Amino acid sequence: MQIARVVGTVVATQKNRKLEGAKLLLVQPLTLDEQPKGPALLAIDSVGAGVGEKVLLVIEGKAAGDALGKKAAAVDAAIIGIIDAVEITA
Amino acid sequence: MQLARVLGEVVSTVKDANLTGMKLLVLQPITPAGDAAGRTLVALDSVGAGAGERVFFVRGREAAFPFYPAEPPADATVIGIVDHWDYRER
Repeated sequence: MQIARVVGTVVATQKNRKLEGAKLLLVQPLTLDEQPKGPALLAIDSVGAGVGEKVLLVIEGKAAGDALGKKAAAVDAAIIGIIDAVEITA
Repeated sequence: MQLARVLGEVVSTVKDANLTGMKLLVLQPITPAGDAAGRTLVALDSVGAGAGERVFFVRGREAAFPFYPAEPPADATVIGIVDHWDYRER
């Protein structure tokens, strides 16, 4: 999983049937010192995250489909948690 | 599978229901020589690992298998704590 920040929302009326009802957010993966890492991407949200929040992002098709609660959905990334804190101790 | 060092933990209260009670570890993948290798990531813990330990982890769909029949939305899971390894650069 990756640590990422929600940087925007995406609205699409016309989309694959399996994506109906899914909330789409733009997320920017971060390094541990909160610098942007790689390009921003689209992820479905299953936990009610909002713009500006730090989130846990899973980038794997089966896991993203599980988070969406649908089998064989055409998704490859999902927000699965809102991060309260990252505790680096070693 | 890959070797990694556990740097710390991620704390998340609001998260996917299938992640309830699971520990989220921040990992730095390492080479057999012990050097950092690539991006840090967040992984589920299936063995009780903690900060500072050397572990190995699995990526991809298989990351959910240690929790079967539960299906947490994971793309990486720590599946072993390494006692020691022998490696000679050739």
